[in-house]
Amino acid sequence: MPEAPVLLYCRCAYAQVVPSGVKNAVLAQLCESGTSFETVSDLCEMAAHRDPRLQQLAQCGRLRIAACYPRAVTGLFHQAGAPLPEGTEILNMRSQTAEDITQQMLRPADAPLPAPAVAAAEA
Amino acid sequence: MITHTARPLKVVLYEGNGALPLPPEARLKVMTALLDKGYAVSRVTPTSVTATPSDDHTLLLLGTFPQRQAPALEDVTGRIQIETRDITDLDPETVVALVDKTRGDKPMNEPGKWKPWFPVIDYSRCTNCMQCLSFCLFDVYGVSEENKIQVQNNDNCKTNCPACSRVCPEVAIMFPKYQAGPINGDDVSAADHGREKMKVDISSLLGGDIYSALKDRSAAAKSRFSKERSPDKALDERKKCLTKLVSDGFIPMDVLASLPSPDEILRKAEVAKARAAAALAAQPGAQPAS
Repeated sequence: MPEAPVLLYCRCAYAQVVPSGVKNAVLAQLCESGTSFETVSDLCEMAAHRDPRLQQLAQCGRLRIAACYPRAVTGLFHQAGAPLPEGTEILNMRSQTAEDITQQMLRPADAPLPAPAVAAAEA
Repeated sequence: MITHTARPLKVVLYEGNGALPLPPEARLKVMTALLDKGYAVSRVTPTSVTATPSDDHTLLLLGTFPQRQAPALEDVTGRIQIETRDITDLDPETVVALVDKTRGDKPMNEPGKWKPWFPVIDYSRCTNCMQCLSFCLFDVYGVSEENKIQVQNNDNCKTNCPACSRVCPEVAIMFPKYQAGPINGDDVSAADHGREKMKVDISSLLGGDIYSALKDRSAAAKSRFSKERSPDKALDERKKCLTKLVSDGFIPMDVLASLPSPDEILRKAEVAKARAAAALAAQPGAQPAS
């Protein structure tokens, strides 16, 4: 049985670039689920001052992140000195639907990623 | 004020053993209010645990506890101070106020007061050409000990200005808070790459690099000063040049307004060029300068 991933949700609270309908719906569904998860106010803000928590998140094993473009999220962690581990799944609240994202976030640890998300995770 | 201290408080919405689950609506509202205030929040349930360790000195556990009695908890290692609060029937504003009070006067960034705006390098695309280092006049970029380009001074970056991203020949510079792709980190299409290669940017507007253009104008202005002694004319020229850049939407007005004087631009451009050349020359396999 694979290790359960840590779920991380970014609120993008410092700029309104993530559609509020999507980010609110994703948070609502995470809250409705019975699962534990981590949330941050804004990954960019944390990366800007190299918040040590990014390093801890990057080191916590498997990660599933609901944030924005995978290229940007990967770059933010890297720039903050906390490169994401291989296999990190990044779901894009700027381009995917809330339903898609929550389905992928909350799927069992051993369930494979649907095709478009695989591409995102590998970006 | 932008703080560069670690977040002073880790907030945990605790619904694990010994606590009662929050009503779903209240859970969402509390979580949303805390995130929008700038806090990071973990939710802990009995069925799964979060794996992230706490780096914070203070851990604040919020929960609904039997008899509204939050338990007293202690970190066995003594490193972390654990505070617990019962939030039964509290509205989100009151919960935020309670968290604020626990934080005390420790500084923390808050949404709405500052926009995290800085370049992020996609190293899978970057070829270390140093064009961004040569281009940026605000010393945002620097070179690592391994002579690799890196973002060194985030705070110097001018909010809403993605100009360095536009001049990157490999579309390797992102601004995650930008609206449109590929600057926002969206996938780079062949067309995007082609466009960047064509340098549809400031250069094409001025027939060359913006700083060279400003430098030329500076030189021209100096020459005019000697002939006509008319600094006003030179300023008019510069203004026209900058107004065109603004009207074409390439650079925000306030960024251009904060550009140094032409002489300072010239000096900075030379310094940046020299740094870039030195870094390139130091790269493995670099040809010695002839």
